[in-house]
Amino acid sequence: MGNEEEYLYTKEHEWVCLDDNIAIIGIAEYAQNALGDITYIELPQGGDEVEQFGPLASLESVKAASDIFSPLSGKVIEVNGELESKPELMNKFCYEKGWVAKIEPSDLNEKGNLMTFEEYEKFLEGLDT
Amino acid sequence: MEVPALLYKTPLYQNHIAQNARMVNFCGWQMPVQYDGIIAEYLACRKKAAVFDICHMGEFLLTGDLETSGLNRVMTCTLDNMKIKTCRYGLMLNEQGGVIDDLIVFRLSEKEYWLVVNAANIDKDFAHLKKYLSLEADIKDKSTQTGKIDLQGPVSREVLEIIIPGIEKLKYYQFDLFDIEGESCIVSRTGYTGELGYEIFLPSEKTKKMWEKLLENDNVKSAGLGARDVLRIEMGYSLYGHEINDEISPIESGLEKFVDFSKEFVGKEALRVQTGKTPRRKIIYLVSDTRRAPRQGQKVFTQENKEIGYITSGTFSPEFQKGIGIALVSCAGIEESDKMLFGDSKKYFAATKYQKPFYKKGSYKI
Repeated sequence: MGNEEEYLYTKEHEWVCLDDNIAIIGIAEYAQNALGDITYIELPQGGDEVEQFGPLASLESVKAASDIFSPLSGKVIEVNGELESKPELMNKFCYEKGWVAKIEPSDLNEKGNLMTFEEYEKFLEGLDT
Repeated sequence: MEVPALLYKTPLYQNHIAQNARMVNFCGWQMPVQYDGIIAEYLACRKKAAVFDICHMGEFLLTGDLETSGLNRVMTCTLDNMKIKTCRYGLMLNEQGGVIDDLIVFRLSEKEYWLVVNAANIDKDFAHLKKYLSLEADIKDKSTQTGKIDLQGPVSREVLEIIIPGIEKLKYYQFDLFDIEGESCIVSRTGYTGELGYEIFLPSEKTKKMWEKLLENDNVKSAGLGARDVLRIEMGYSLYGHEINDEISPIESGLEKFVDFSKEFVGKEALRVQTGKTPRRKIIYLVSDTRRAPRQGQKVFTQENKEIGYITSGTFSPEFQKGIGIALVSCAGIEESDKMLFGDSKKYFAATKYQKPFYKKGSYKI
């Protein structure tokens, strides 16, 4: 973790970092900025099965509520419990300490449905216009 | 074809853009919802001072005798004992006892009143006043030529007395006229945050300079509508369209202390039927058991899952580090227990009834 240029991204602004067949998932800078101060997160439980682009966690900022979707299918093996009392870590360190969950991916071919950092940057440029 | 909503800009629009504010459509106005972040702006107001662009609100100037103009009959609150240079909060009702608007009346002189109304209701209020005031009353809508800046926070007096000498003498809900660049302007010691603060009314074209001058002080931070909403919910203040509207009576909203039954007013008959009895439904205040915040429109249930009402306002409270909210519920439903649930059809979250204000350390009366 730590080098977001090597992560893969979704159109919903989640990132996934693949490391030794474990996928670490979080929200991208664009999402944390759009949400504003994050005040609450409902994390999944270890053992939960998630589907690619299916709901993984739900978030609240002062003004709004939204969902985090899983970039890959798999089984949740760990969650970042620190976020429950310090959800602001997702604002301050969205690519590191603000990670949300680790999953064991069930189908790495699904990577083809995700964007590389360069592709994601281009995608963001398109959103601003 | 969809017709785009006409969006008005306040005289401070360019300042907000330059400050990188996030702009939203609020009642037809392009308003800043936040600058750096809602919580930072909230803290600025609670700890030091925050400045808010409130130019969207409406102002009417009414000239006429309190009784013969009809003003006393339009407003629910006592007005006849009002001293000159004081303000009073009150309501205008429809004949059914629903609230047309909540507003603040400023007594400028024996026969002159300044009415400050909600942005969303300017046209409706003006039409209502035209309908119920007598021909003797002269009423003018001054909203477009009037700018309004709120400075709120425990250090706001120190900040403002340097710019507008003399404001330090104002007590809570008093106002006076002060010279701002050769113009006589109303500054009142009022607000919507629970903190010591002032509302500055000035000609639109002078608004920008005042805004910039206030922000030159390191103790002052600009704050948007997001922070303003958190601040007012923590104080349990009602917001039109949420806790009060055309179909909720002031008795239900818990605003009966702003209703003077010893005088005649529009809507009194309808309210009289409700008084003395337990109202059918009422506004209550709740604290979520967790950081999960209630949201407007969510339903409220008893612990036995019986639906009793809905959330009118909700937010995360930085003071409680939990969700807090306001709800309109049936009185029968809330009698037995202080515990309740809120949520939608899929998920419910536990909450406990609370006595307002949520925030009890406000500096507004110091």
